[in-house]
Amino acid sequence: MREKKIVKDYTKQKMLVFGVLVGMVILIALFAPYLTSYDPYEQDLGNALLPPGKEHLLGTDRYGRDMLSRVMVGAQSTIFSALLLVVVITVMGSMIGIICGYHGGKLDVFLMRLSDIFLAFPGMVFAIAVASVMSGGIFNAVVALACISWPKYARITRSQVMAIKNMPYIEAAKLSGSGTLKIIRKHILPNIAGAIVVTAVLDIGTMIMEIAGLSFLGLGATPPTAEWGSMMSNGRSMLQTSPWVILAPGTAIFLTVMIFNLAGDTMRDILDPRQRKG
Amino acid sequence: MTEGEDMQKILEVKGLKKIFYKNKVPFVAVNQVSFDMVAGECLGLVGESGCGKSTIAKIITHLTPPDAGSVLLDGTETLYKKGKKERELYTKIQMVFQSPQDSFDPRCSLGDGIMESMRNRGFRKAQATERMYELLDMVELEREFALRYPHEVSGGQCQRAAIARALAPEPRLIICDEATSALDVTVQAQMVKLLQRLQKERRLSLLFICHDLALVQALCDRVLVMYKGSIIEQGIPDEVILHPQKEYTKMLVDSAF
Ligand SMILES: Nc1ncnc2c1ncn2[C@@H]1O[C@H](COP(=O)(O)OP(=O)(O)O)[C@@H](O)[C@H]1O
Ligand SMILES: [Mg+2]
Repeated sequence: MREKKIVKDYTKQKMLVFGVLVGMVILIALFAPYLTSYDPYEQDLGNALLPPGKEHLLGTDRYGRDMLSRVMVGAQSTIFSALLLVVVITVMGSMIGIICGYHGGKLDVFLMRLSDIFLAFPGMVFAIAVASVMSGGIFNAVVALACISWPKYARITRSQVMAIKNMPYIEAAKLSGSGTLKIIRKHILPNIAGAIVVTAVLDIGTMIMEIAGLSFLGLGATPPTAEWGSMMSNGRSMLQTSPWVILAPGTAIFLTVMIFNLAGDTMRDILDPRQRKG
Repeated sequence: MTEGEDMQKILEVKGLKKIFYKNKVPFVAVNQVSFDMVAGECLGLVGESGCGKSTIAKIITHLTPPDAGSVLLDGTETLYKKGKKERELYTKIQMVFQSPQDSFDPRCSLGDGIMESMRNRGFRKAQATERMYELLDMVELEREFALRYPHEVSGGQCQRAAIARALAPEPRLIICDEATSALDVTVQAQMVKLLQRLQKERRLSLLFICHDLALVQALCDRVLVMYKGSIIEQGIPDEVILHPQKEYTKMLVDSAF
């Protein structure tokens, strides 16, 4: 009894802490251009590869660009494209999942076989193939990852919809004269939103890594753009001589992914029906 | 009852059949079921669980399509109606479900649930709220319950709200599918009283699905006994209970009394 109470309070505090951290990361990314003391794109070959110090807190890269500024501006491309990606696949996947789960029939069979095909491929390999066909660029990386990531959302939403579509309250809504669209909007979506949102938040970290991964391979952000994956890629030949060039964006990815994952985990604890109990 | 207007048939069910496939093995859940209901009648439908009672209710309310048969309401075929016509049907037929708490959306208040049909028929918010309060009075539920959520009320209170919801479109026929089975005995008795009163006041027809013969005896004018998808016996409850014709009915009577 007492133990349970302590655990519960702890969860709320964790959510607060991680919520604030997520907020900070997003704010930094949002206002990065105003927060940096150097132009992240200005080359200064005289100051190339300076180690971290007073002038440049995280050192400079081989063109003499300030690493801290680049990491902060890079947050914009990496985090916002991951967020865009998550929003796109969540909306697309859950729409398909709702149609399949509620409607059933041949359309359901067709769309689910299609999603099986996507799920059967190793995701990253498929994304690499799609991204290289579309010839790089961060937007194309988002499209490639969206192509392979929606089936998971379609599956989750579909199973959630199927679990509740035969509940008496859905039948009661039908008897109240509500049409299909109203039933979905008013009675199905609110009851499955929690599970979808938790999945989406937990996926932000994964998507940050996948976007950075594609960029690392040269299939995402193209060179001058500050983006964590491509920054690491550029620095990989200097890992032994100037490790900060690769450690700065690497640490940024690590910390951001960790913050988003911990926030997602805590959110799941809160939204988990087993804990909700009312 | 006199012949003529009072004996007008409100519901005619003819040759209803429903086959479910369980792992591709056909299973006849409802087999050639036919019965009539006259306006203002309370008809009981009894039988052990799994004999197909709910399936019949769901076919009549268009929640499940039948494989054969027809359902006539006031002499007109109701099956195969779609869209607006189907919604019109729900102003004449309503249903009260077995588990009251599950029949309300956990994320909507009871008041919202009761008002849904009125909002769908174009009532303005204030109008619908007004009428919702009247309905709560009618089922003897305090008005403050309108703001409560299904998990915040007892089973009996929730079922009263469900009855209010069913009354909202002013239907002529209400199907109670084991509406009292999930409640404890005293609450069951209150619910039966309420249904009896409403039926008299509003000249409702009631299809009372139940597996308890004693309750049916207390409430119904006539009873149908169902066994494995078919109706095997029908008559006035007292007679069926005193002189059961079929072995199965005898068993049902013995287990109930
Ligand atoms: N959607 C369904 N799919 C397969 N079988 C079903 C379905 N609905 C009901 N059944 C089967 O049909 C039979 C009758 O069910 P039901 O009408 O719910 O019985 P009752 O209400 O009398 O307890 C049961 O054997 C049940 O397993
Ligand atoms: Mg049943």
